[in-house]
Amino acid sequence: MSGPLTDLDRPNSYIGRAVPRADAARLLEGRGRFVDDLQLPRMLHAAFLRSPYAHARVNGFDLEAARAVPGVHTILTGKDLEGVVEPYVGVLSHLAGLQSAPQMPMAVDVARWQGEPLVMVIAESRAIAEDALGLIEADLDPLDPVTDPEAALEPGAALIHDSLGSNLAWERTVDVGDVDAAFAADGVTTVERSFTFGRHTGVTLETRAAVAAFDPSTDQLTFWYSGQAPHMMQFIFAKHLGLMEEDVRVIAHDVGGSFGIKIHTYGDEVATAAAAKLLGRPIKFVADRLESFQTDIHARDHIVKGRMGLTADGKIAALEFDDITGIGPFSMYPRTSAIEANQVLNLTGAPYEIENYRARSRVVFQNKNLMCQYRAVGHPIAMAICDCLLEDAAREIGMDVAEVRRRNLMADDSYPRQSASGMKLADLSHQQSLEKLLEIMDYNGLRADQAQARKSGVYRGIGLVSMVEVTNPSPAFYGIGGAPIASQDGATVRLDAGGGLRISSSVTEQGQGTNGILAQIAADRFGIPIDRVRVTTGDTDTVPYGGGTWASRGAGIGGEAMLQAAVALRDQVLDVAAVMLQTEPSKLDIRDGAVTDLDGSERMTLSDLARTVYYRGNELPSDMKPELVATRHYRVTDFPFVFTNGAMAAQVEVDVETGMVKVLGFWAVEDCGRVINPMLVDEQVRGGVVQGIGGALYEECLYDEEGQLLNASMADYEVPMAAEMPDIVVAHVETPTRTSELGAKGAGEAGTGGAPAALMNAVNDALSPLGGRIHQMPMTPERILKALGTV
Amino acid sequence: MTQVSMTVNGEAVSAEVEGRTLLSDFLRGNLRLTGTHIGCDTSQCGACLVHVDGEVVKSCTMFAAEAAGTEVTTIEGMANPDGSLSAIQQAFQDQHGLQCGFCTPGMVMATASLLKENPKPSVAEIRDYLEGNICRCTGYHNIIKAVLAASGQDVDAMVAG
Repeated sequence: MSGPLTDLDRPNSYIGRAVPRADAARLLEGRGRFVDDLQLPRMLHAAFLRSPYAHARVNGFDLEAARAVPGVHTILTGKDLEGVVEPYVGVLSHLAGLQSAPQMPMAVDVARWQGEPLVMVIAESRAIAEDALGLIEADLDPLDPVTDPEAALEPGAALIHDSLGSNLAWERTVDVGDVDAAFAADGVTTVERSFTFGRHTGVTLETRAAVAAFDPSTDQLTFWYSGQAPHMMQFIFAKHLGLMEEDVRVIAHDVGGSFGIKIHTYGDEVATAAAAKLLGRPIKFVADRLESFQTDIHARDHIVKGRMGLTADGKIAALEFDDITGIGPFSMYPRTSAIEANQVLNLTGAPYEIENYRARSRVVFQNKNLMCQYRAVGHPIAMAICDCLLEDAAREIGMDVAEVRRRNLMADDSYPRQSASGMKLADLSHQQSLEKLLEIMDYNGLRADQAQARKSGVYRGIGLVSMVEVTNPSPAFYGIGGAPIASQDGATVRLDAGGGLRISSSVTEQGQGTNGILAQIAADRFGIPIDRVRVTTGDTDTVPYGGGTWASRGAGIGGEAMLQAAVALRDQVLDVAAVMLQTEPSKLDIRDGAVTDLDGSERMTLSDLARTVYYRGNELPSDMKPELVATRHYRVTDFPFVFTNGAMAAQVEVDVETGMVKVLGFWAVEDCGRVINPMLVDEQVRGGVVQGIGGALYEECLYDEEGQLLNASMADYEVPMAAEMPDIVVAHVETPTRTSELGAKGAGEAGTGGAPAALMNAVNDALSPLGGRIHQMPMTPERILKALGTV
Repeated sequence: MTQVSMTVNGEAVSAEVEGRTLLSDFLRGNLRLTGTHIGCDTSQCGACLVHVDGEVVKSCTMFAAEAAGTEVTTIEGMANPDGSLSAIQQAFQDQHGLQCGFCTPGMVMATASLLKENPKPSVAEIRDYLEGNICRCTGYHNIIKAVLAASGQDVDAMVAG
């Protein structure tokens, strides 16, 4: 490690070290505080009747038998929430032209996807509520479902929202350079491919869950939920339930996985809060796994036609694609469902020198579950389009896939600069990361192994990807378009009388180790053993105001705020100490929980100092006003996003008889700037890679033509398991971001963004001697056999 | 309603439950032992693993009444008698073998069961044994390392640190 912040000889140097997380012990003992663990006095339980049809007119319900079930307290329909909940619309002004329709927590007149909530039963237990659901007579008229996004755009297609006049939610184009001339130029080899990216979803092991409690005497709502952005939800409940923001408290304690799933406005959760307000009693709603598959946001769902031109010496002449993405019947509130398409246009080709770039994306309504931001928003699509075209084109001209990257990746000394799509880039290391990747994977050795294997009829393939990841977003992501989503975060550091630090932050913990790295940063910069630091996150009543966790921003933005707060408190404490010790602050230090001279000899403990300030202020000069608490906020300025880069490789073996793909190895070189805790970041990268492998090989939400989800259980939807996963080797290049003192960029989404392209390239590399190729994810055995022409 | 009695983590417990009450719901709802988690409803995920008479069981696949008279151990009963983390729990903490912690109780129960059958499992044997436990956060890598460490083996058996 190098740089000013990782002087590992100093006491309390935690930044850059593999410090185990303190809160792991609690989780290992079964003492987690997940939402379903919460029991409140007089609490009731909610269950929802959901639309069995993808598209249906809602005529009404016979609720008599359900109401008669002993233990049923209240039954609410969509109509009952009219006037209670203000409808919401998922549009943002910076996505010019984006349209969507007003949405209610439960369908009122028309149900638009299978799984949309229709009726809420509130009972003494979840089991009783479900018993009652079975007795509801729903009067629904099925309507023609529109499920295929291409068909949805055809003239005469049935409209999902009559009021919008079209099933097109949004369209954006980019056109840079002279694409037509570049493709037409002499000596340019063009490859054209049609890609399909299936829908998949987050499958957080803890399903979405909420407990809402409303106190009518104070008009205050408390909402415990399994989520990522407490302050955003505070705004949403206040606005749509007619409350003051200061009367809404949102708490997210332990969160059992989130991955972007738990950052949206879900009807069942809004209905739970609304019902708590109506009834004045706590209500719990915990989605079961069927509900999760039907209503947790889905991801991807793209059909892309793309082409790339390569000159004879392997330079990218031009890149062009046309993307259609299906987003379900509404744009998700408040982040919208157009961000993914926007990212695809922004990020495709961003690692490379490309002068001629043209792209279009159309975002289309359909009668399926809503699609929105899930881990690595748009990245797997963008990386697959460019890097799969690049490897296919390289094969076409007979150039090695590593060499073709060397010739096209932006030079490491060429920053700051822009990508073809106009993204501002800085502090990236594509060339160095590629070379490091080739070294750690023993690229030449694997190629020799591949050639050897082919002689014995074994089809192995190697695929690479060079990628960027959007992290540490500025207000340009959401706030600029009117979303109630903070791009800045705050941190508070307080020295308590016992000499320990109480820190709090507006970024949130879902298992990635946020609380651990915040403690590392505070302890390191303040000068105290980490076991004297206690962390609070996930409570709008007690943490500074901020955005929470999304877009890989916790370490980079929350971490920088914590660093600045710890430095500020250190300065404040030294000012107090200097007066008490009759010296200059510059002659003192804080080390290991004590105020010391610069040579490290102890002058007084932090506890002595704090007890004097708090208990015996009479010993201090009367004009001294000591502050043993500091708060700092941080936002990224000058750059819309802080991009990271990475290089990844997959080695696969394809069984050409069965179509099964075995991942033999995976390597990831990640440049996320300053690494705060290598143990945490490495496993987060691996976890991201595993979700990327899932999307590339196994995971798909399968719908039939009627919009019925066919595999809405873990028995039928395949997620990666330990036995199928390879050892994943992670290495780092560290190029700190110039935008902060900490220098940390995000890392949480890189694996998910990059792995699918590497896998697709590896499979196509394996299939190439047989003349087969596949550009559809997931690459299931059946699809691979079809690609080989054997079925 | 049925009266159900069993021993859970060494304590005799008894409660009146509906016949349809699953062991997982009995532990969480009646006994308030919320360390046992419900992740899937269809017995795929393994978050609800407990030991029943020493055998590892997905507690969502068993009615509480079926467990009457048995000795049940849950994650809350896995620490050392003095309350400190057991060797398995300590290994998971040291190796960062967990992220959100939701699958973790099941992983710990599965590991205890594996190491009873096979005190020195290989990496491949560990990966195989965990076929019924989904972790959605980690890359499974550190979970494997934690099991190696808990069994007193060299964690460098994994290719990458």
